[in-house]
Amino acid sequence: MPALDRPVVKPRPVYLDLFAIRQPLAAVVSILHRISGALLFLVGIPVLLWGVQASLESPETFAHYKAVAAHPFAKLVGLALAWAYLHHLLAGVRHLVLDLHVGLDLQSARRSAAIVFVLALLLTLIVAVRLW
Amino acid sequence: MITAGEQRAGSAHYGWRDWLSQRVTAVIMLLYTLLVIGIVMWHGGLDYPVWKAMFASGAFRLATFLCMMAVLFHAWVGVRNIAMDYIKPTGIRLAFQMLVISVLIAYAGWTIQLLWGAP
Repeated sequence: MPALDRPVVKPRPVYLDLFAIRQPLAAVVSILHRISGALLFLVGIPVLLWGVQASLESPETFAHYKAVAAHPFAKLVGLALAWAYLHHLLAGVRHLVLDLHVGLDLQSARRSAAIVFVLALLLTLIVAVRLW
Repeated sequence: MITAGEQRAGSAHYGWRDWLSQRVTAVIMLLYTLLVIGIVMWHGGLDYPVWKAMFASGAFRLATFLCMMAVLFHAWVGVRNIAMDYIKPTGIRLAFQMLVISVLIAYAGWTIQLLWGAP
């Protein structure tokens, strides 16, 4: 067998039914970090740029922007983006702390994942209360 | 199954650079977020005059530009990682990545326009 075709790892059966495996909380926080990031790219950046542009032009466009943002559907989008931003930011800070070799043991890592998950939802709830 | 050839082909050494840039851009965005929260709290709320005055400051515009560039670079590294994980056919992945780059460059242009364009 040519050297480059030689398997590095022997092929073994894998069991990767993601919906049958009970994911640890850190894995849930991790996939939500990715999903929230995708959401911020797809919706967050254009909405942010449009919002800043519309609101800065004149007092009239600022008022118009506020009226559009007050629509129930716009509020829902805003709330989803607020959660995405908060979760992504908090999960990112958790990464930075882990990179400093702080909280690497299993128990601390589980606790920080729980804190990120809950704190993002709590802060989103505060945003929701302020929006409605 | 990973072969020795595939393993060797994957070592382009951009991993550690992206790891670092993703963290540097993250810290820039974090600091900018705290700056905006600080300014709004200082004024005790956000209305049109406060909002307009914020963007009238050249320093704030520059900080906004810096943060937006960090956002776009951070988005590129993140979206490229997602594409590398889930889009297996090379042609489709490269086409998607070119589309993402184009969109991000357009966003950079939009940012410059709304920060320094004609009022």
